[in-house]
This record gives sequence, C-alpha cells and structure tokens, in this order.
Amino acid sequence: MIHPIPPGTRDVLPDEMRELRAITEGLRATFVEAGYGEVATPALEYEDVLRAGDPGAAGAGYRTFDERGQVLALRSDMTIPIARLVATRYRRTDGEALRLCYLGHAYRAVATGTGHQRELLQAGLELIGVAGAERDAEVISLALAALDGVGLARHRVGVGDGALYRTLMEVFEVPPERRMELLECLARRDLVTLAARLVGMGLAGEACETLVRLPETRGGPEILEQAVGPVAGALGGLRALYAALSDRGVADRVILDLGLVRELGYYTGAVWEVYDPAVGFTLGGGGRYDDLIGCFGEPRPACGLALDVQRVHIAQAEEEKLG
Amino acid sequence: MSAGRKVPAGMPDASNPGEDLAQVPNAPNDLTIAVPRGALFAGSLDLLDRLGVDTAEVRANDRKLLFEDAGIVTMRPSDVPTYVEHGAADIGITGKDVLLEQPERAVYELLDLGYGSCEMVVAARRDDDALGEALRRLGRVRIATKYPLIAARHFSETGRQAEIVAVKGSVELAPLTGLVDGIVDLTATGKTLAENDLEVIEQIVTCTARLVANPVAHKLKAAQIDAIVARIRGAGA
Repeated sequence: MIHPIPPGTRDVLPDEMRELRAITEGLRATFVEAGYGEVATPALEYEDVLRAGDPGAAGAGYRTFDERGQVLALRSDMTIPIARLVATRYRRTDGEALRLCYLGHAYRAVATGTGHQRELLQAGLELIGVAGAERDAEVISLALAALDGVGLARHRVGVGDGALYRTLMEVFEVPPERRMELLECLARRDLVTLAARLVGMGLAGEACETLVRLPETRGGPEILEQAVGPVAGALGGLRALYAALSDRGVADRVILDLGLVRELGYYTGAVWEVYDPAVGFTLGGGGRYDDLIGCFGEPRPACGLALDVQRVHIAQAEEEKLG
Repeated sequence: MSAGRKVPAGMPDASNPGEDLAQVPNAPNDLTIAVPRGALFAGSLDLLDRLGVDTAEVRANDRKLLFEDAGIVTMRPSDVPTYVEHGAADIGITGKDVLLEQPERAVYELLDLGYGSCEMVVAARRDDDALGEALRRLGRVRIATKYPLIAARHFSETGRQAEIVAVKGSVELAPLTGLVDGIVDLTATGKTLAENDLEVIEQIVTCTARLVANPVAHKLKAAQIDAIVARIRGAGA
C-alpha cells in the first residue's frame, strides 16, 4: 500500500539526517560565533500580516483558515517573518546593530514533475539596524566562511545592484509605462524579448546598446573599470561593496553581475546570489532591504542572506567525491 | 553535476573568476550542450559545426544520446529546458514554442538563432466554420493541442472561452473525428494540415530556435558562454 507525500516534500532517514545535521550545526556555529543570535518564528502566520511586508504575501503558496475564519499562510521565506519579529519584539531603536540567524523551513508552490522543492530548509542570517556596504560585506563574507566551514571549496557569490536597471531606465528616459515590461523580461531572464522590446522603442543608440548588454555584463573588477557614461555613474554602491569585500579578503570569490535581479520585491539596493559548480541552482541569496522592517513598525535598514541546506548538501557531497 | 561531466581540475584563478576559463583552448568543449533531436536537429548541428564543435560522431550515430568528447547531449526539444534548468547541461538549443509552454523553467534565453522558423496556429476543418459555430451556439470552443498553456492563453487573451484537450500524438486527427472544434499546433509548411483537410484560422506566434543557458553556468562559465554568444552574433547565424 502506498501512502504518498506531496511532490517536492521528503522524508529524511538517519544517514541523510546525520549529514544534514552536520551541515546545519556547522553553518549555525559560524553564524553564532560571529555574534548572530538564533531565532525561530512560526511556520504559520496571518496572511494579512505577511502581506504588510509584501503585497503578494511573498508568494505564499498555502493558505488555510483557523477556527475563527482568519486566513493563515505558510511562510514562503524567513525574511518577512523576521522583519515582523524585529519590529514587534525589538521596538527600541537605539542605532545598535541587531544580528540574527535562523534555521527553518519555507514553503513554495511548485508544479508537479518539475523537480522543484515544495518544502525547503533554509539557514540564514539578517543584519538589522545598520546600513552601508561594509555591513553587506559582513553578511556575504560570513556566508562564504560558513560554507567553507562545512567543506565547500568552489563556491562563488554574485553581487549586483537590484536598483541598477531601474536607475538606468530613468537616466536613459525609457517611457515610464514601458519600464515594467522590461523588468519582467529581465526577471524572466528572457534576453531575446528584452532586446527586441528595447530596439522597438527607438531609444538612442547608446541607451539601447547599454540596456541590451547590461544583463550579460558580469565578471571580475574589470567590470567596474570598463564601465562608461551613465553606467559608471550608477555603480557607486557596487564599487563600495566590492572594496569592502576586498578588505575582508574574499574578492576572489566575487562575481560582479550588473544584470543580477532577485525575484523578491523587497530588495532596495545590493543583491547577491551564491553559486557552486556542483549545483545547477543557486545555493542561496539575499540582499539589502532597507524598507521592509518599516512596513511593520519603526523603519530600520537591514540586509540578509539565506542558504538552501539541501543544495549545500549536494555541493558538499560533490566536493567530497573530488577529495 | 551530471553524468559524464568533466570536473575542472583545481580551483579557478583567484584573482579573476572566469578569466582562467577564457584561456582554455576550444572553449565550447568545456560546456555541456543540450541539442534537440527532431526538426531542429540538423540546423543545430550545422550551427555547432560553425562554432568549431566536432559533430561528426553525433551525425553518424542515431541512437546514442550522450557524446562526451563533443560535450553534447541529445534529447527531445521539450526536455531541453529541464536539463538546462537543473544544470545537467550548461547551455541548450530549443524552440520558442517549448519555452512558451514551460515558463516555470528558470533558464536564460540568450539568443534567437533564427532557424527552424514555425508558426503556432489555430486550425480547424476547412469550409465549415466549426470554431465560429461552437462559439455562437455553445459559448465555447473545444481545442486539442500539445501546447495547453499557449492555447489557453491565446483564447483567454482574445476573450473566448475554450476547453483545452491535451493530446500527445497527431493533433490533426482530433477535429476530424469530432473530438474537438479546432487545434492549436506548430506548423512549418502547413502541408500536414492541408492533407488532413484543415486550414489555418489564426496565427498566434512565430517560433524559432533559441539558445538557452543555466543561470548558474551563466555566471560560473561566463567566458565560455559569452564566447559562443559572440561568435553566433558575429556570424549573423
């Protein structure tokens, strides 16, 4: 007799559990040692509370009613619940940095047969109450160190500016009503349609060329040196972040990516993604979200990063094979 | 990451990610390329030849699927986004029709390769206005297709109610037997439609071959992928 579990979820048996536990303990040890206190939040939240942080309730895939008819949603990421936690449990804003880390499951809607995860275990960290590239670099380099700590060796972090494309569309005077469709092409990674739309808009040669090429502009520090015109002018934030990452000695791990966009809407500045050659998907990602906590209370700048533990496990197993 | 993958020896050059890869001669061979069998097969192999990939073994062998020396894996066009999304292939070639039907696959669509041009069309029996009749009297049309998503979107966008019937085999049979009022299918010449007494009623979209890339490979193997893109652009292929 077969008693199925939903596609994209899984049982974990002792052999795998032992290895997963070693990874989560390793990641947490690095985070806690760096002064990040571990927190937990409920997997179920009121949908309207999640919505306060993100109009789409951060893509919650599962809703149910409680005994009083209120709509509950399973969290689809940890950042919005933590923004709520910070705004409600740490009301005093004395300008001090608040460092939090977590280990928790998030839930996403997936199509059957795609191989995507419905329930995913995330390990992450959030640095709240302080702004600046130096703080972004702290979070990024800590995540890289945590992955070193669990045996990964070939991982890289892509960093970009989530607002760059918007800024340049403004500079190049792309008609405001056409900007959304371009951003949607970029988010879908459909560079063919993006280029066709840009050419069709009749922008000046340089503007068109720049906006077409931007999503494929990625690499080392030469990206910053070779930038000209309005792009060079818009790269101040990324330059500062690269300098801060260099100071922390992790520049060799960094891929500068001018086309990087993250799917979640709450990012306000720098964004980042973690890659490993053993895994076809990102190991995780994050960014700066200076406006999110203000949706729940006193505004506070913040940035964070979440890692997908199962994918880290795949990368670790591959690394062990290479010996 | 995949069967037959050559794992790069040693760590990439620390000072400049990607730079070390650019120095490897014959760059395309370091990438695993998903090549579609079927209508796009010949055009895809011709393109790879022009890029300096040796496709002789692929051309000579109809049943083998994995060609490690050339870095080529062959598959149905509709499987290409799956292999590329999961990183089992770094880049791949497939039709725009496949990409439109599988929007949940997170892959970069890098280039319109231009060849393999086909039309996605609505077709119905010749001369009896089955579609219009069904809409007027029954308030909806029944449409058979291998592209349920594209078909549903087209009828929804044009304000008509449609019942989509997903079929796997020859779609042309469905309206002839009375299963449906019309079909949505891909046609290159319209020959098969005509031979089955069907005619094109509406054109939905033109579909050509596209170059797609895995999002992680697009970052970690930027130099090799950019080299291929630049050569295809340069050749005007």
